[in-house]
Amino acid sequence: MKYLDEFRDAKATRALLDKIRETVTQLWTLMEVCGGQTHSIIRHGIDQLLPPEVELVHGPGCPVCVTSLELIDRAHRIASRPEVIFCSFGDMLRVPGSLGDLLQLKSQGSDVRVVYSPLDAVKLAEQHPEREVVFFAIGFETTAPANAMSVHLAHRRGLKNYSVLVSHVLVPPVMVALLESEDNRVQGFLGPGHVCTVMGFQDYEPIVEKYHVPIVVTGFEPVDLLNGILMSIQQLERGEAKLENGYGRVVCREGNVRGRQLIEDIFEVCDRKWRGLGMIPQSGYKLRPELADFDAALRFDVADIETQESTICISGEILKGLKKPYDCPAFGKECTPDSPLGATMVSSEGACAAYYSSGRHLQLNATN
Amino acid sequence: MCLGVPGRVVEKYEEQGVLMGKIDFGGIRKPVCLEHVREVEVGDYVLVHVGFALSRMNEEEANRTLELLAELGQLGEIEEPSS
Repeated sequence: MKYLDEFRDAKATRALLDKIRETVTQLWTLMEVCGGQTHSIIRHGIDQLLPPEVELVHGPGCPVCVTSLELIDRAHRIASRPEVIFCSFGDMLRVPGSLGDLLQLKSQGSDVRVVYSPLDAVKLAEQHPEREVVFFAIGFETTAPANAMSVHLAHRRGLKNYSVLVSHVLVPPVMVALLESEDNRVQGFLGPGHVCTVMGFQDYEPIVEKYHVPIVVTGFEPVDLLNGILMSIQQLERGEAKLENGYGRVVCREGNVRGRQLIEDIFEVCDRKWRGLGMIPQSGYKLRPELADFDAALRFDVADIETQESTICISGEILKGLKKPYDCPAFGKECTPDSPLGATMVSSEGACAAYYSSGRHLQLNATN
Repeated sequence: MCLGVPGRVVEKYEEQGVLMGKIDFGGIRKPVCLEHVREVEVGDYVLVHVGFALSRMNEEEANRTLELLAELGQLGEIEEPSS
């Protein structure tokens, strides 16, 4: 497939690894922001191919992982109502809340459906005027134009039985939160390629300037990732901090202007609680007040939700890049993808789940 | 979650006032919303996420990256697939 195969080329990855080895003279810690990048890095073993001077830490960029337990419980309560058809991306179905996961709810007779596109949820609302169709609108900026379009179309078509439970999170505020934290050890970022496809990268320029930290917009294939790592290391070794675009075949500075406009028409920025990290100001989207009729959290009044997170789980420290999955005593033991204790194990893009599915818990056991 | 896959536009059409496209992903064809990339034409490659095209792939930039890589390690042998 064009635009994929050439960026998975073994010769190119070897050349990039050689160049990284030649370039690096001291220890550097880089964070890949996006969960898709984490998944690709672990799957291809890229972190293990790098010279020991280059450490990759895995960022908070998995929206499934960071969706708060309260919202998952709210989704569960709404989905269990008999009049509701609850639609979600497949990734969310197995995330356990205090009351179980959505898949279990489906097995108990609730109408929970996986949709590929938010447009499928709008179609369901048109096909079932007698039912309430609720879509779990999760995601980073990448997914926001699609989720926003579903609300835009429902509004335009006068659908009274469509609503969204919004759990949108934003990348720049969480990067700032990490950089502001006293124990930050991230010295450079691989920027999230697909978030920047939508938003462009001008929002990252002030971060580079204020914190003097290199950010290289990076793609998801092995060549893209190694190229992003090389560009970051070259900057660090020269003592520079610049914003560079290593994913030019997809990303341009202004992003997708039409998509950004639609996001602005439908959503506004709000404070958001992140699982594992807590409340981060101005780090999410909610529906604009004039679209409150489409807000499932307002339409379905569910009782107060109290949640209890695991006390053993160290996902907060993993999301900040302070610890690795194998630093957790529960990793691969009490905590597995089938019975996750916290954020980083709940989705295949979480660092713990990515390590687990690549068999790294077995390596750990072998060395113990 | 932020998975994006490149595919080739094989058809453009309107459905209920929404610009859609049939996109070929290496043999599998799926309907995709083109509202955010209205300017794309049949034959163009787009990056698709949750049923929405988010960007038209920039061939010039892709080639530029590959050329830089080729300079890195005499990678003349990296072949560009035809489709």
